[in-house]
This record gives sequence, C-alpha cells and structure tokens, in this order.
Amino acid sequence: MIVFDKPKALADVPLHYCPGCTHGIVHRLVAEVIDELGIEGKTVGVAPVGCSVFAYNYFNCDMIEAAHGRAPAVATGVKRADPDNIVFTYQGDGDLASIGTCETVHAAARNENITIIFINNTIYGMTGGQMAPTSLPGQITQTSPYGRDVNTVGLPIKVCEMLSQVDGASYLERVAVNNVKNVRNAKKAIKRAFQNQLEGKGFSLIEVLSTCPTNWGLTPDKALKWLEENMIPYYPLGVYKDKYSEEGK
Amino acid sequence: MTKSILLAGFGGQGILFSGKFLAYKGLIEGNEVSWLPSYGPEMRGGTCNCSVILSDRQIGSPIVTNPDILIAMNLPSLDKFENAVVPGGQIFVDSTLIERKVNRDDVDVFYIPATRLASENGFQTLANMVMIGHLLSKGDFTRDNIDTAMGKIVSAKRQNLLDSNIAAVELGYNY
Amino acid sequence: MAEKVLMKGNEALAEAAIMAGCRHYFGYPITPQTEIAAYMAKRMPKIGGTFLQAESEIAAINMVYGAAAAGKRAMTSSSSPGIALKSEGLSYLAGSDLPALIINVQRGGPGLGGIQPSQSDYFHATRGAGHGDFHMIVLAPASVQEMVDLTFKGFDLADKYRSPVMLLSDGTMGQMMEPVSLDMGEVKEYDKSSWATNGTKCEREHNVVNSLFIQPDELERYNFERYERYAHIEANEVMYSEYCMDDAEICIVAYGVAARVSQNAVDKAREQGIKVGMIRPITLWPFPKAVLNAAADKVKAFISVELSMGQLIEDVQLATSCKKPVLLCNRTGGMIPTTEDVLASINKANSVGGDK
Repeated sequence: MIVFDKPKALADVPLHYCPGCTHGIVHRLVAEVIDELGIEGKTVGVAPVGCSVFAYNYFNCDMIEAAHGRAPAVATGVKRADPDNIVFTYQGDGDLASIGTCETVHAAARNENITIIFINNTIYGMTGGQMAPTSLPGQITQTSPYGRDVNTVGLPIKVCEMLSQVDGASYLERVAVNNVKNVRNAKKAIKRAFQNQLEGKGFSLIEVLSTCPTNWGLTPDKALKWLEENMIPYYPLGVYKDKYSEEGK
Repeated sequence: MTKSILLAGFGGQGILFSGKFLAYKGLIEGNEVSWLPSYGPEMRGGTCNCSVILSDRQIGSPIVTNPDILIAMNLPSLDKFENAVVPGGQIFVDSTLIERKVNRDDVDVFYIPATRLASENGFQTLANMVMIGHLLSKGDFTRDNIDTAMGKIVSAKRQNLLDSNIAAVELGYNY
Repeated sequence: MAEKVLMKGNEALAEAAIMAGCRHYFGYPITPQTEIAAYMAKRMPKIGGTFLQAESEIAAINMVYGAAAAGKRAMTSSSSPGIALKSEGLSYLAGSDLPALIINVQRGGPGLGGIQPSQSDYFHATRGAGHGDFHMIVLAPASVQEMVDLTFKGFDLADKYRSPVMLLSDGTMGQMMEPVSLDMGEVKEYDKSSWATNGTKCEREHNVVNSLFIQPDELERYNFERYERYAHIEANEVMYSEYCMDDAEICIVAYGVAARVSQNAVDKAREQGIKVGMIRPITLWPFPKAVLNAAADKVKAFISVELSMGQLIEDVQLATSCKKPVLLCNRTGGMIPTTEDVLASINKANSVGGDK
C-alpha cells in the first residue's frame, strides 16, 4: 500500500535545490493544492528568475518563464487572455520585492485575479548569496559583508505590510515552513489563495518565510532555527488582509 | 493637378476640422487626399496648423511647406506663412482678427471678416467654415458635395451642428 | 471593394489590428502614439477584448508576452523612449519564439528627445532591439493604407514565424489622415497547440514557454534553428517598392515619411531631366539587399534619405558592397528633409557620381 506519493501536479524529475532548502516543500504544497482542487488542466504557472527559475520543469501544468521581476505582468497577460484559467506566479524576494516591486504593487492595485507565491528567504540564492530587499538588519551576505547597515542601505521591505495598504489587494498572508504546524498552515493559506482565484476574488499573495542553508552558511536544521528566531520576529506570521472576511464582518 | 492648402490659426478655431472637411470633399470627388496636423503641446492653446493636399495622382509628401493656398486665421499664422505661399497662389485672411494687409503682390488675396460674419449670424464658433465657404467660391473648387462631406465629419446625431456648419459654409460662399 | 474612409494613421492601424483578430492590447501613454491606446480603450470593451493601461512600458510588453504565450494575438504600441524600455521584453519574446506585434511611432532622441517625427530608432529596430542573437521582422509603412495593410500582415508574419514583428512608423504616419480601405480579407489561423500555455486540459504534456537554456550547446542549437528560420524569412518575405527606377542613374533609398518627401523630389528632378528613381524598403529587416545590389550595377550613386544621423545608409552600403557612392540626405531631432533638400542631394549625386 502506498501511503506517500508525489502529487500529480509535480513532475517526476529530481529538483535541483540544495539539500535542506525549503523550495521543495513549497513546490509540493502548491502541487497538492492543484491536485486537491482538480485544476491541473487549467492552471498556468509563471516562474521567476532566481533559485526557482527552473520551476517550469517541476510542475505538470503549462508553465512560462518570465523575465526577472515581471511575473505579475506576464501573469496578467495570461489571465486576461484566458480568464477561466488559474494563473499563479512563484517568485523569490529579489524578483518580487526588488526588481519587480512595480509589477507587484500594480497587480495588487488592479486586484488582478491571480495567485502569487512569494518565497522570502532574505537572500539572493541563485547568484550566490547577495543582500536581498528582505535581508534582516545586520545580516551578513556577500554584498553586505559587514552586516546589512541600515544607515546606508535602509531597512527591509515587509511585503505583506506594504501591500496591505494597497486598496485593490484581496488576500495577503504570511506563513512559514519551518515546522510541521507552520507547513500545515502554509498549505491552508496557499489553498485559500487558489480558491480565491477560482471564486473570482482577485489578488492573493502568500508570503512564505523560507530557508537558504547554503547561502546562510548553516546546516538545514540550524537554518530552520534561524528562521524561527530571527525572521519570524521581524516578519510576523498571519493574515494581513482579507477583504472578503472584513466585508463579511 | 495638385492643390496644397495650409490652414493656420489658434488652437480652438477648428483649423483641423475645416481641413478635414476639405479632405473629405476632395475624397468624395475622386481625388487622392492627405491631411496632416501639427501636433504636440502647441495644439493646446497655441498656434495650430494643418496641411491638406488634393491631387489627381498619388501624393508624395503630405507636408505642405509652400502652399498654393493659405488660410490664415490669426496674425502669427499670416506672419509665419505669408512668404511661403507659391507665386500666383491665394491667401485667405480673416480680416476680423488680422488687421494688417498682405505685403505680397504676386498672390491673390481675399479678406473676409469671417469671425464677425459668423458671430453676427449666430455661428460664434464657425468662422473657420465661413473661411472655407469663401475658399470654395474664389478658389478652383466646386460647390458640390458640401452636405455629403459635412455628413462624413459631423455625426448625424448632432443634426443642429451639421446644419449650422453647412450654413456657415454658405455664408462664406456668398460673401 | 469597401468604400474608402479618411482615417488617422494611428487609428487606422488600431482598427486593422482588431480586424486581424487582436483582442489584447497593453500600453502606456506616450506622444505621438496615444491615439492607438485611446482607440483600443474605446473599442476593446465593446468586442470582448482587453485594453489595459499598464503601470509601465516594461509591464506592458510583459503582459503582451503573457497573452502571446497563451496563444492570443497581442500587441503593444509606444514611441521611441518607451520602446527602449520594452527592449528586454522584445528579447524574451524572440528567445521564447512568441508572436506579437509591437508598434513604434518614432519620435526624436536620444534621451527624452522631442515629440516630432523621427527615424532614429532604425538601428534599434534592425540591430539592437534587445540583448542576444535575434531579429524582429521590421515593417515600415509609408501611407495610412500601409499602416493598415502592414498591421494585418504583421500579425500573420508573427504567427507564421513565431516571432515578434515591429511596425516602425513615425509621428507623421501616425498623425496624418489619408483615405483607406479596411477590406482586409480572411485572417489565417495558425495551430498553436504544440506550444501555447493555455492549460493542458489534462489532455497533453505540459507546454513550457521559456528562453533559458543553461547548457551552451542547447542554447546554440536553438539559436541556430532560429537563424535557419530567419534565413527563410530573408528569402521569402522581403518587400520593397520601386519608383521611376527603369532608367534611373541615381537611386534614392528611403522609407516612411522620408520616401514620401523623396517622391516629390524625384518628380521635380525628372522635370529637370535628371534620371533619378527610388527604392523604398517596406521590410527594413529583412532588408531588400538583392534589389539594391542589382541597382548598384546600373546607377552611378545612391542617396539615403532619412530622419536620422546616417543609420539606413549603413544598410545601403552593406547591400551594395559599397560599389557606388552613397550620399546622405538627412535631418534629425524631429526635422524632416524638404523636397528642396533632397533635390540638392540629387544634384550633388549627379555631379559626384559622374565619373563612376
């Protein structure tokens, strides 16, 4: 009896992610949600530039590779072309919160009926560990070798908090994948974000606090601990906006 | 046979509209036509001009630099384009708005108090069409197809505008 | 034959795009092409299409990328500085083999430049529309009717070759009105099922639209394949028109509004007994090399008439292997050469080219 299997929406290929990286968990959660909602045949995903650049190989739905930061604009084009299809982007912090800030904010402002999975691991992984817009104050990276100096490079961007001020956005939630409980919550949030789209509720973004053991220079288990001790206090988990429940109240 | 016409005045005088009327009339009469406006910030309250070419053959440049006919509806336009008119050409001057005379003696000049005529007859904003009417009577044009051409550029839903524009053309024609 | 109507170039172009089946327009305001966006904003909602004013030129071209990936006929329009911003997207469209129509109603540059007509994006369109090895098919209308015809054809070429196509127009073509027939004929449908990302419906393998190939040999193979397609385009899709070339001893090369001005100059020069003609490229890429090379064996000189600082002239020199002198007659910054300017160049060519 098989008790554990790959979700159908996840392609049967080895992922290229480093050992201990949480991208694999989030990929799986997205794929499980696609399976559970039975939407694989009408889902189109948009991959970013960054560590998850090869995401187009990992999902069994139609996939598009976007230029760095442009995934929300590409997703807008796809969604407007086929409004009945389910369109999601999967983006990292450099892609979404640095080079793609404009596209992100305006997709939210339009309440574009798409789902964004936003991986925040406070670092540029693909290019070898440079400072990200979400790197914590004092965090050492390749391009902040003495620690992020907030006097010269400013403070991190808190994406959920920022977008909660954009009237258009419908659903914003920050989750983490550092323990079983949080992973379960993350899946619930991701499912909600896809369901919102199915129900025509508009822009949903799930920020997933994730690890990058390789570029953080930590073992996988220490990386999970670092996330819990450093990231969660700075980036509190929770729902930052839920237009429909607010309206329901 | 090619006629090149330059219409010039202030933004808001209907320069582009009257050019469009001439172009449509020409098209209906089987001519090749082109219409080219000046565009950009100068359209907003500044000077405005429009090149119209009517020809029995394929039109080359749509830009009129040396017009056969100049319609000048303000002094800056006359100052700017008077010397560009080809010898033997025609200049139509709105004499309500332009007090000076044309300095050249190698062109035919027509002075029409178009703005005053329009206003006296209740067509406050249609001095442009009074000028066009006079052009049709004095230039090498026919009186035909005025209604049809006007119908192409004024929607039937705005019947009162259609009638008043035609009446303004007639007023200029008979002046 | 439908009745001809007077239309502004930009509006006629927009209507032609709709007639070609385009239902997805993404743009951003910039003079002198805004009529296209305004026309689409009015028309698209009435025919079930999408008009979306994007947050930037960059976003607009990426929305086109998304809609094109979904297999739809999509377009954007802009003017020079905005087209420069779209360059990233143009490269991605080419690299992912996506069809799309991009309109550049050129204005003067560099920098913010001006808003009057220009042809100074010739290099950008034909050489450097983005990073990497690629071409776009570049179409250059010289009348409002051609704005219509080439828009219609542009969508067809884009689908046929799975390539971005640029319509390289200028402020004059966009703003002028001329009689046009919108009698376009049938829209040819292309089967996009092997690559379009419009949902697998669980009936096929998933499609991937992508320009990333990490293995160099793989990327090289894709580039080689694309260039084989380009060779096919060069062999089959060149368009140009000739004016008074039968007995010409001087050949003007010009496109767009420069060709319209040059036509007047040819007429005037012929009245003076100078045997001058014109070859007007309609496709700037592929460039009509063969006809120019053949002309080089007959004429004594060429004149490149352009609204730029000597860009088109390089293609004339390359196409003719510099067999005959090529003179430059140009204005820039939004200025347009006059008939007299071109006539002066014709007279010069008539004397300097005398010994050759």
